[in-house]
Amino acid sequence: MAFGAFSNVDTPVVEAPRRRSRAALWLLLPGVVYLGATYLAPLVSLIVTSLKAPDLVNFDIGRYVYAFDIGNYATVLGQYWPIILRSFGYAALATVFALLISYPLAYFIGVGLRKYPLWQALALILVIAPFFMSFLLRTLAWKAIFADEGPVVHFLQGLNILGSNAHLNGTPFMVVFGLTYNFIPFMALPIYTSLERLDLRYLEAGADLYANPAATFWRVTLPLSLPGVVSGTLLVFIPATGDYVNASPQFLGSTQTAMVGNVISDTYFNLQNYPASAALSIVLMVLILIPVGIYLGLTKTEDLL
Amino acid sequence: MSLQEAAVLGRVDETPRPLKRPKARRGNWGVAVYSVVILLILLIPIIYTIVFSFNVPARTNSTWRGFSFDNWLNIFADQRVVAAFVTSIGIGLLATLAAAALGTAIAIALVRFRFRFRTGLTILLFLPMATPEVVIGSGLGSQFLNIGVDKGLATIIIAHIMFCISFVVITVRARVASLDPAIEEAGRDLYASPAQVWWRITFPLLLPGIVSAALLSFALSFDDFIITAFVRGSTETFPTYIYTAAVRAIPAQANVFASVIFLLAIVVVVAQQLTAAARRRRLAREGG
Repeated sequence: MAFGAFSNVDTPVVEAPRRRSRAALWLLLPGVVYLGATYLAPLVSLIVTSLKAPDLVNFDIGRYVYAFDIGNYATVLGQYWPIILRSFGYAALATVFALLISYPLAYFIGVGLRKYPLWQALALILVIAPFFMSFLLRTLAWKAIFADEGPVVHFLQGLNILGSNAHLNGTPFMVVFGLTYNFIPFMALPIYTSLERLDLRYLEAGADLYANPAATFWRVTLPLSLPGVVSGTLLVFIPATGDYVNASPQFLGSTQTAMVGNVISDTYFNLQNYPASAALSIVLMVLILIPVGIYLGLTKTEDLL
Repeated sequence: MSLQEAAVLGRVDETPRPLKRPKARRGNWGVAVYSVVILLILLIPIIYTIVFSFNVPARTNSTWRGFSFDNWLNIFADQRVVAAFVTSIGIGLLATLAAAALGTAIAIALVRFRFRFRTGLTILLFLPMATPEVVIGSGLGSQFLNIGVDKGLATIIIAHIMFCISFVVITVRARVASLDPAIEEAGRDLYASPAQVWWRITFPLLLPGIVSAALLSFALSFDDFIITAFVRGSTETFPTYIYTAAVRAIPAQANVFASVIFLLAIVVVVAQQLTAAARRRRLAREGG
């Protein structure tokens, strides 16, 4: 994925012939074994857990025995499908908003500021600045700003856009707002990386061939920045679907805005119904990988990394 | 694109052209104003958090009561905040060190060597970033539960190393790709041992990439809440402390610590950008 913005590469890439050697094995082995044990094995563990059944002999909360109980999937799907649907809806909205907001910003930084390297660097630092401030505190800051007694609600009530008893916190609007805000840098950075490499002579060529700016944008700029758009879309959509901080009642949401992540954490921590929480996790993972696979197939971006 | 190229393009603009040709546009004032507004909005919650670290202390920190340095002067007043902060710093450092080592090795192998299962490895590196955190968290949580490992500091570090590796690989790989293997060849030709080649040639040249990767890893680890929640047991990290405290009231000292980390990170990033800019200028001068 286009994470080049982080890597500060300023020398040309040298394509060296790749060698076959035992050294490769020793370089790869530790990391691959580690990812196998801490990423792949937990997925297997999730599948195993999702098929467990309550321990009828020594019945207790949080006690389950190994079984092959596919019924857990039927139960969670039947019970939580509206919440699953809602999660995908919120995440899709946040992804679209983040894209619409980030593209002009990334274009401005990557193309507009190209002649001003210092301003460009400053703008980039501002884009990544949120990474360095606690995500929970930033979300709580929005909660305070949009609180019932806060400036935004008062202002909107003054304009009669909001009724005197209306809230913003706890509404779907706030959850989508929070998700959009949180993931804008993840959208803007990959698009910036694509646009930064955009050869401006292509735009000149477009104009030379009597294309108006709009046509040049749709037929030259946008297609050339597509890899960044694809990376950004995935980097926003995937984590947004599984997020449960924004939608939680302690932060920007309410019980009416619960997302699938809220249910997974609730069934895990409060109900200690580990099979249900595991089944929901597997459902979420599969439901995300399907559209992601289709999307990657459609956009033909094979370079995932 | 280099500055020279940009300058050349700038001159191209001034050459005479046929009359009806539309002007090639690189954006306009509208895009500029819009971008500045978006950047300012992105800053609002950061500024809010820093400003409220200077609030006059009281039982809650949700309303503004006036400016004071009290929270900064009594930064260690709340023991739980200090403990959570120290825990998170420790986890971040250890996880970053391990992830940087594992990830750099993979990055070098990916660029320099041919091997089978390359596609498989790419997918294995991509998947942790394409998996929602809540799935990774509940997966690690059930695994530790199933194999009977007590959750705590160690399990948090294990989890953080895992989700940092992929980001390290991506960041360092770009740097390895820009490294001319001839430099290392020269070292070997001069009878340097593999260890000498690594420590005196490869590692110093990769260092800027590794530093970027380490910064990113530390930021990811330090701020992780969702995965940590599932593997922490009763260990309190800075984010889990804030999440729990959010129900009642978050002490202003939490804002102080968050602001300190933020300002430190910004200083490091600015320094890094300035060094990179100086390097670019030097290269441009030497390259003529």
